[in-house]
Amino acid sequence: MKRPRKVIIIGGGLGGLWSALRVAEAGFQVDLFSLFEVKRSHSVCAQGGINACFDTKGERDSIWQHTVDTLKGGAYLANQPPVKSMCEEAPGLIHTFERMGVTFSRTAEGLMDLRLFGGVKNRRTVFAGASTGQQLLYGVDQEVRRQESLGRIRKFEWWEFLSLVLDGQDTCKGITAMNLRTLEIKSFRADAVILATGGMGQTYGHRSTNSTNSTGAAACRVYQQGAWFANTEFFQFHPTAMLGDDKTRLMSEAARGEGGRIWVPQDPEDTRRPTEIPEQDRFYFLESWFPSYGNTVPRDVASRAIWRVVHEMGLGVGGEHKVYLDLTHLNPGFIEQRLHAILDIYRKFHGADPVHEPMEIYPSAHYAMGGLWVDFEKDVSSGGMKPGSQRNHATNIPGLYACGECDYGYHGANRLGANSLLSASFSGRVAGEAVAAYLKGLQDDLQTVPEYKYLNEVARQQAINQSLMDSRGEENPYALHHELGELMSSRVGVVRDNDVLRQAIDDLSELEERSLRINLQETNSWSNQGLAYTRQLQEMIRLGRVIAASALARDECRGAHYKPALDLTIPENTYPGDPAYEKYREAWKRQNKDWLKTTIASAGETGPVISYQPVDLSVLSPEEPRDYR
Amino acid sequence: MKTIDFQIRRQDDPYSPPYWQSFSIPYRNGHNVVSALMIIRENPITQEGHHVDPVAWEFNCMEEVCGACSMVINGHPRQACSTLVDTLEQPIRLEPLSKFPVIRDLMVDRSRIFSDLKKVRAWIEIDGAWDIHQGAPRVSPEAWKDNYLYSRCMSCGCCMEACPQYGDTEDFVGPASLAAVRLMNAHPTGQYHKTQRLHAIMAEGGLSDCGNAQNCVRVCPKEIPLTTAIGELGRQITLQMMKDLLGKSE
Repeated sequence: MKRPRKVIIIGGGLGGLWSALRVAEAGFQVDLFSLFEVKRSHSVCAQGGINACFDTKGERDSIWQHTVDTLKGGAYLANQPPVKSMCEEAPGLIHTFERMGVTFSRTAEGLMDLRLFGGVKNRRTVFAGASTGQQLLYGVDQEVRRQESLGRIRKFEWWEFLSLVLDGQDTCKGITAMNLRTLEIKSFRADAVILATGGMGQTYGHRSTNSTNSTGAAACRVYQQGAWFANTEFFQFHPTAMLGDDKTRLMSEAARGEGGRIWVPQDPEDTRRPTEIPEQDRFYFLESWFPSYGNTVPRDVASRAIWRVVHEMGLGVGGEHKVYLDLTHLNPGFIEQRLHAILDIYRKFHGADPVHEPMEIYPSAHYAMGGLWVDFEKDVSSGGMKPGSQRNHATNIPGLYACGECDYGYHGANRLGANSLLSASFSGRVAGEAVAAYLKGLQDDLQTVPEYKYLNEVARQQAINQSLMDSRGEENPYALHHELGELMSSRVGVVRDNDVLRQAIDDLSELEERSLRINLQETNSWSNQGLAYTRQLQEMIRLGRVIAASALARDECRGAHYKPALDLTIPENTYPGDPAYEKYREAWKRQNKDWLKTTIASAGETGPVISYQPVDLSVLSPEEPRDYR
Repeated sequence: MKTIDFQIRRQDDPYSPPYWQSFSIPYRNGHNVVSALMIIRENPITQEGHHVDPVAWEFNCMEEVCGACSMVINGHPRQACSTLVDTLEQPIRLEPLSKFPVIRDLMVDRSRIFSDLKKVRAWIEIDGAWDIHQGAPRVSPEAWKDNYLYSRCMSCGCCMEACPQYGDTEDFVGPASLAAVRLMNAHPTGQYHKTQRLHAIMAEGGLSDCGNAQNCVRVCPKEIPLTTAIGELGRQITLQMMKDLLGKSE
């Protein structure tokens, strides 16, 4: 009898679970690997909502406008056919979530309510209180549990992905993974593998809003085996994160969407409590600099504005790196109902009540627009992505697919708020369907891949573990991670400079060497967390080099990637049609000619090798620069 | 120097005996239990000056939304990340949840929570995760308000830890799984399979095992009205029993 084709999915967040459902529904066996119980994945941390055009607020919103906002918000860097398809399919995707039982917030008529988010002018974001990611993940988690009870999906929780197993043609035919309790390393055969391992915020250490497991290690492992990274220099700094020594906690953009205002005292020495500072002594800098979008400018714009106020103007609250996010002027009952989850986080971790006192916030590393390079097939008739094509979300390694935050697909140079839950879900669904198509066309028998391919890879991984367990160096992995976080956030952060980046790359190489001279300080090999941590740390340092090298190579400002020396600013008080503005537009177009291209990083002998690919601009020609004034 | 003092229950693996160790770290404003444990793991030296293996524990989001870092802190089951050190009496006693098998130190095996969610069929039956080109039924804002409370359950296990009836030798599915049934039964199409879920919790280990101690609702970090759910399910079951007796099916 012919064996059923098998797919391994790594990661159990929104992307992984969606792809698991679609692969299982196509009749293929799924083995789902996760570092922990999938219900605890980082998707639960997304708060504010998910974008889809429903136009139920009388604003004549349209799918086309969603597409335009997403492409423009991303500074035109995203390939356009996939974005077009994502925006078109968003409403249907939301309805599927509804059917799964997701508790979206409702209007008086019982419709899904919409809220405003950054970088857009229409209300387009459906939400479940301020815990939307949690609710969406639970919806898919329930369906996966149902498939599990039917025997179509098997879970391998508490297993860490270590490497791919490639056959003689360099096609992916399985993985090696480590059991996080026994530390046993095993190989697993599979006809295809989907990587859905999420973000890489821990590369920025404690200066990130990401969960401690969002290290990017899995993506970095396949990169070293030949997969390409794309656009990793584009890292989103969320403007409104709570301050903290252990991590910076996200305060959703929904806080601004619902009317929250950002300000600093005109006088940084002002010692009055914020609520006692009268209006005329406050500087609402976003509203003043961007009167049209005000507090809901996109995240990269808001983060840079905060950076400017604090670093260039010296107006941080009390002279420190912080500004106010103020909700105190809003109706307490209203914001409690709409934002309860984040108000609760602030109360619990900061001990103050945002209903009565402005929150103290500062930008923090939040989301990787870049990630593993993935392909798509364009549908000539629709101009979107061809449904069911096996090329969609395929990496450059045959048989390996990627979806969710670990890919680079939809956000270009900057992601709009509430588009991440959408891209994670949509890309998971697409990747699952693509893999099903790939398997249907697959001729060869998995069992013909010789066993030694698997044994060799297991032996290589065991050797890495053994060398770490035996290492009696002087370095402490936790302290090194702290150093990495400081290095990345201060030198590969919101504002960049080529000399500083060059120095950062040298320092990262040194950090990598030090990470090999580690002392795990631990003899117990049962559930040894230090070993897995150290292996992830080494990957994060390598990833840091990819990010820094990509950032150094791109000599322009685009979206989240900002080098002040190369900034083209719109001349003040000029608008389309004005000669000065048109001159600016020409300069902007020349810059696009040079730099509107996808960065590709591949692993070379001595470090990342950077090259470029053209961007598919067939949906919306880049004629209009981003302008949120 | 002002310090933060801990007594931590250690266990090297599932089969070895537990033991206690004490640690101190320098005081800093704003520490929570997870951030303090991170300081200890960086340099695991006991109060007596012995270098020991780092303490193993589970954590991920550090925002009290993933449910990973449940443990017993000064006798109460809580999320370690959102428990601020300044609110605790010292020495702070950390123990693993006692209702689940210990893996190592403060890590326990909570897989039973997820198999119980299977047992009670806590899902909505859909034909598939594809687009059916029409919306789902509307939901009133009042119903949403009630349902949303239950949908925030993160399977952390605190309610089970506090429940006198839940234990590693008992079958009782516990408060969280029951609340999941309440939530699924309220969904516009989830109602279609209400009978199956009610039958699942009318069987052994179901609702009748609840002893009404009301501990669950007091410890839930998300303030989910678990006992309200249990009360509602009691009424649903009474109706179901009558239907079953009369031989009527929905």
